[in-house]
Amino acid sequence: MTTPILEIRNLHARIEEREILKGVNLIIPPGEVHAVMGRNGSGKSTLSYVLAGKEDYEITEGEVLLDGENLLEMDPAERAAAGLFLAFQYPIEIPGVATMTFLKAAINAQRKARGEGELSTPDFMRAVKTAGTELNVDTDMLKRPLNVGFSGGEKKRAEVLQMALLQPKMCILDETDSGLDIDALQVVSKGVNALRAANRSMLVITHYQRLLNHIVPDVVHVFSDGRIVESGDKDLALQLEAKGYADFDGAAA
Amino acid sequence: MADYDHIPTLKENIDRATVDSVLSLDVDKYKYGFETDIESDMAPKGLSEDTVRFISAKKNEPEWMLEWRLDAYKRFLTLTEPTWAKVHYPQIDLQDMYYYAAPKSTPAPKSLDEVDPALIAMYDKLGVPLREREILAGVERPNVAVDAVMDSVSVVTTFREELAKVGIIFCSIAEAIREHPDLVRKYLASVVPVSDNYYATLNSAVFTDGSFVYIPKGVRCPMELSTYFRINEKKTGQFERTLIIAEADSYVSYLEGCTAPMRDENQLHAAVVELVALDNAEIKYSTVQNWYPGDKDGKGGIYNFVTKRGDCRGANSKISWTQVETGSAITWKYPSCILRGDGSRGEFYSIAISNGHQQVDSGTKMIHLGKNTSSRIISKGIAAGFSDNTYRGQVSAHAKAKNARNFTQCDSLLIGDTCGAHTVPYIESRNGSAVFEHEATTSKISDDQMFYCQQRGLNEEEAVALIVNGFVRDVLQHLPMEFMVETQKLIAISLEGSVG
Repeated sequence: MTTPILEIRNLHARIEEREILKGVNLIIPPGEVHAVMGRNGSGKSTLSYVLAGKEDYEITEGEVLLDGENLLEMDPAERAAAGLFLAFQYPIEIPGVATMTFLKAAINAQRKARGEGELSTPDFMRAVKTAGTELNVDTDMLKRPLNVGFSGGEKKRAEVLQMALLQPKMCILDETDSGLDIDALQVVSKGVNALRAANRSMLVITHYQRLLNHIVPDVVHVFSDGRIVESGDKDLALQLEAKGYADFDGAAA
Repeated sequence: MADYDHIPTLKENIDRATVDSVLSLDVDKYKYGFETDIESDMAPKGLSEDTVRFISAKKNEPEWMLEWRLDAYKRFLTLTEPTWAKVHYPQIDLQDMYYYAAPKSTPAPKSLDEVDPALIAMYDKLGVPLREREILAGVERPNVAVDAVMDSVSVVTTFREELAKVGIIFCSIAEAIREHPDLVRKYLASVVPVSDNYYATLNSAVFTDGSFVYIPKGVRCPMELSTYFRINEKKTGQFERTLIIAEADSYVSYLEGCTAPMRDENQLHAAVVELVALDNAEIKYSTVQNWYPGDKDGKGGIYNFVTKRGDCRGANSKISWTQVETGSAITWKYPSCILRGDGSRGEFYSIAISNGHQQVDSGTKMIHLGKNTSSRIISKGIAAGFSDNTYRGQVSAHAKAKNARNFTQCDSLLIGDTCGAHTVPYIESRNGSAVFEHEATTSKISDDQMFYCQQRGLNEEEAVALIVNGFVRDVLQHLPMEFMVETQKLIAISLEGSVG
């Protein structure tokens, strides 16, 4: 049996005294794209932060394996070097740091952590140029400080550009469609689809079905009150769109 | 082999050798903390008229210089230590230190061949290139001339003959007093008066060495001039004096570096630097101050009480100060510009980083006296650990300073919640046509920024260094190439252990 890229077993997490994840179970085999849908406040974004290792959450129970390795033992940078990537719903501004500089620092930090040598400047430039062209990221944008004054579309394109360059095993896309108009959505989706590969899995978090018309998932999960309450194929998303989340709330009980 | 990849473009006039020597400065946590075992000639301990006479005699000074020093000493006795800065330290016992320490083996070496090899080796270890001959023998043009000052004496000045060909004088101040008395008498204390302040007056009485630069009319100095200050002896104060004169239509770029051994005692460094720019002249003065800051508990470190001032004496002259302050237990320093000439311009770019128990009270003064004068201040203070970091700056316009312009931007960045950042601006205008702008921000490295960087694979220290480098970018761009690379590394080192 192939090792899943991501395996979450009975994951419980809380912030201060409030439990937000209440027993999440999820297995994503290599090459598959899974969507997690749920209403605002159901704990979807918390799931992405907990997986990426944000400090604010306390994990009270459960286990997470990334390609067979214990993810929860690693710090956020180690998780990144091990191949976990989170495309943020609200990418953070880093004033004064040119996007290009940031990309190079990130790539080389990960390579260093994996015991690989630094990427040479020509190789790096070539990789950026190739990935940038697909995402309409031009040289001018690469010179600007990361995310500072970027439009919604530029921010999300920059996230996908980083994803393309870092070549992660496991991509988590948190509400990637938020703040995007239809044209920008197409560019970003095209970029994401180009990264679909047999050895790479994705977890797409959204509360709108429309993103899933562009990034078509293999499996759709419905998230409610801190756990997955229903799973199905892509038609489940359509069903959800038609009926709303209310029908599934009961299933959590 | 050196890695050039992260250097965007080699600047004009900077050759590979220079870059190599800069890159080879594999800076690790205060790597300059070593001590060199060189026998020293010391003055008797303590401050007295005899000490002043001793120093003057050691330097073979003319009578007028001794009188000048004694006068300063008398004035010093009437002064008390200033307490307005936001720094705290126990009373300094001026009688418990030495005012003169000189490596014994150097009775004014004529050439590098006569310099103690242990000294050359020490500067090599510091990454300061003194091997003039090897460079002169090669085809490449030298780019940096160095005056190396250890404790109380200048041990060597390189490329003097090369510079003399275009009429530039670059030597130790002690030599200048003997060999160019007219210039020294004309300009010494003409920018920082003898009794300007407590430390400047003390310096006037007991200064031991420093650099002297004279750029003749119309000459553009063909290389960067640099002084490298090193405190080596125990219980010794360093009182250096630097005087730079740029005649009309001339240009010079001057770099200053400082280090000291790690000791658990506090050592006093009280320097005076004076710059004079005549009509259309430009002086660019850059400092990377990396005196030993003390250990993690705040024990030891240099007290850096420095008076630096430039006089834009001529019309359309320009003086630009760029400083990177990462060292010293206490820094008390306000490189300033007197904008006397009509149309003159002053600039101050500063990066001041404090960590551990360091205290920084630093800034500038821009004194607008002439018409159409302008000034620009960009200050970036970064505080971490238990440190306190204060920007103190004065901008003033005289009644006759019509159309004076100033732009000030003071940004502070806090790392952690046990440090402090303070901004104390003094703004005075005595005429209605002056336009002064002041912007100030204080920010923290947010947890979100840290998490974002870490999610991309940077560890905590790499993330802090990257964010701080972004924060200081506006100032970094004003540093000469030699210092830019070193500074980026220094920033990372200075902030080690500031998170987590």
